[in-house]
Amino acid sequence: MSRLLVWYGELGTAGSILRRGLALLLPALLWLLAFLILPSLALVAVAFAERGNFGEIIWNFSLENLSRLLGYGIFGWSPDNLIILARTVWVAFITTLISGLLAYPLAFFIASRKPQQRYLWLALVIIPFWTNLVIRTYAWQLLFAPQMPFARIAAALHLIEPGTALNPSSFAVYVGMVSAFLPFLVLPLYSSVERLDWSLVEAAQDLYGGRSRVFFQAILPQTLPGLTVGVILTFIPAMGMFVVPDLLGGAKYLLVGNLIQQQFFSSRDWPFGAALSLGLVLLTLIALRIYRRSGKDVDLV
Amino acid sequence: MSRVHPAVGITAVLTLAFLYLPMLAVAVFSVNKTRYGLEWGGFSWKWYTGLFQNDQILEAARNTLVLAVVSTLIATVLGTMLALALERYPWGRRVRGWLETALYLPVVTPDIILAAALVVAFSFLRLVSGIFELGMVSMIIGHVTFQIAFVALVVQSRLRSLGRDLDEAARDLYASYGYYVRRVLLPLLAPGIVAGAMLAFTLSLDDFVISFFTAGPTSQTLPLFIYASVRRGVTPEIHALSTLIFLATVLLVLMSERLSRRAA
Repeated sequence: MSRLLVWYGELGTAGSILRRGLALLLPALLWLLAFLILPSLALVAVAFAERGNFGEIIWNFSLENLSRLLGYGIFGWSPDNLIILARTVWVAFITTLISGLLAYPLAFFIASRKPQQRYLWLALVIIPFWTNLVIRTYAWQLLFAPQMPFARIAAALHLIEPGTALNPSSFAVYVGMVSAFLPFLVLPLYSSVERLDWSLVEAAQDLYGGRSRVFFQAILPQTLPGLTVGVILTFIPAMGMFVVPDLLGGAKYLLVGNLIQQQFFSSRDWPFGAALSLGLVLLTLIALRIYRRSGKDVDLV
Repeated sequence: MSRVHPAVGITAVLTLAFLYLPMLAVAVFSVNKTRYGLEWGGFSWKWYTGLFQNDQILEAARNTLVLAVVSTLIATVLGTMLALALERYPWGRRVRGWLETALYLPVVTPDIILAAALVVAFSFLRLVSGIFELGMVSMIIGHVTFQIAFVALVVQSRLRSLGRDLDEAARDLYASYGYYVRRVLLPLLAPGIVAGAMLAFTLSLDDFVISFFTAGPTSQTLPLFIYASVRRGVTPEIHALSTLIFLATVLLVLMSERLSRRAA
């Protein structure tokens, strides 16, 4: 007779409780195994295969795709792919930076409203974020059209040729990216700002701290938990983004996401697409690692 | 809460305007009579009425809803069970850490990776079995796969805030396991489950990348349809459609906010 245990209101033997736990766990676990873990392994395997002449996969082990990723091709070495990888990291970084700079005033402004109004302001931030990204990105195309005020102002300032649109350009990509990711940064940051201990800020002011010192030593450290979550939620998806550069950047401003999409669709070169995907995963892991290093335990939950 | 500097307020309001400006432009052009170009040709509702006679759009709308409802149902059941299993059973630290890593990895990796992996996997399955054509089923599978983690996250946080007292009280009062699940556990969890399901639903409606990769040539959802139209050169119907989707979003957000306030 094994001992009876009480576990969260369940009465049973250790074995029966474990069985119940497994019964709850297995359906989702099997699903994730079948449709997440095995496909990921398949993707890794394909990255080391060769492409046939008709876009089929030939199972010869080769490192060709990875060397192509680093720029070695049939015509010798070219930096194109590395440039795209570097640009991906750079665009994600700038997007995160600008979003962060805009998110702080917004978070503080919402937190300074009356409690019953804050929900409404937060909803105002969330609504665009729930509107489909394809629509929002296309809308920028509309706003950047030659007849619209922005392009006319830019033409008057001799920044662009008169009668041309503001896209495709790197500027258009940044605008699209920031408007796509800003809510990701505002919401976690706001939850930190709302819990801010203002007595520390007052203390800093009483001790004759200047404006910038008060911000950097009394306010910023308290908002770091929210900021860290926001930065991860922005930076990593930004590295995988292909809708925004596709609709606003054009052929001159490709990111890794566009390259992956091309391999799976128009070029039909799955092995190379898979290798590029692995490269993107690697960038993601490096980014996460840098965050863990920076001393903050990032709790995504 | 102290007052903020006026410059902060102005920046904040301008930032919000920056988020809404695109939608405003789309809405304005959706009631523009002119079909081609961006000249203002007078006010007209004709693009809206045209929407409801366009079979392609109606079909895409139907697909989008079916996809969102079916995938949300599956993901909510699986995700809730998973959250219960993770949160309430003694797995030991190492197994638990391993499980949680596997679960939350899709939350942080870019969705294009999952999309690419699924395309490859489905093509293998097609080679082996002759079924698994890309279409509605593959899209549902793709959506459920990324929704599970989000549902589990929301339900887990609800479970954590509940604590054990009521469970033990139910046990002490001789509730059978079935009675306890029906009358104690599920009612207490309900807000978390509903919140998780709503999140999963909106994620499905909003998804473009996973659908784009796993849709195949025949299935169409609204985001895919809009994307294809944008690539071809937009028609004013797309402006009308986008504006309607935006307004529906506003309604949903306001409704869920009302609900959550009433619940709180």
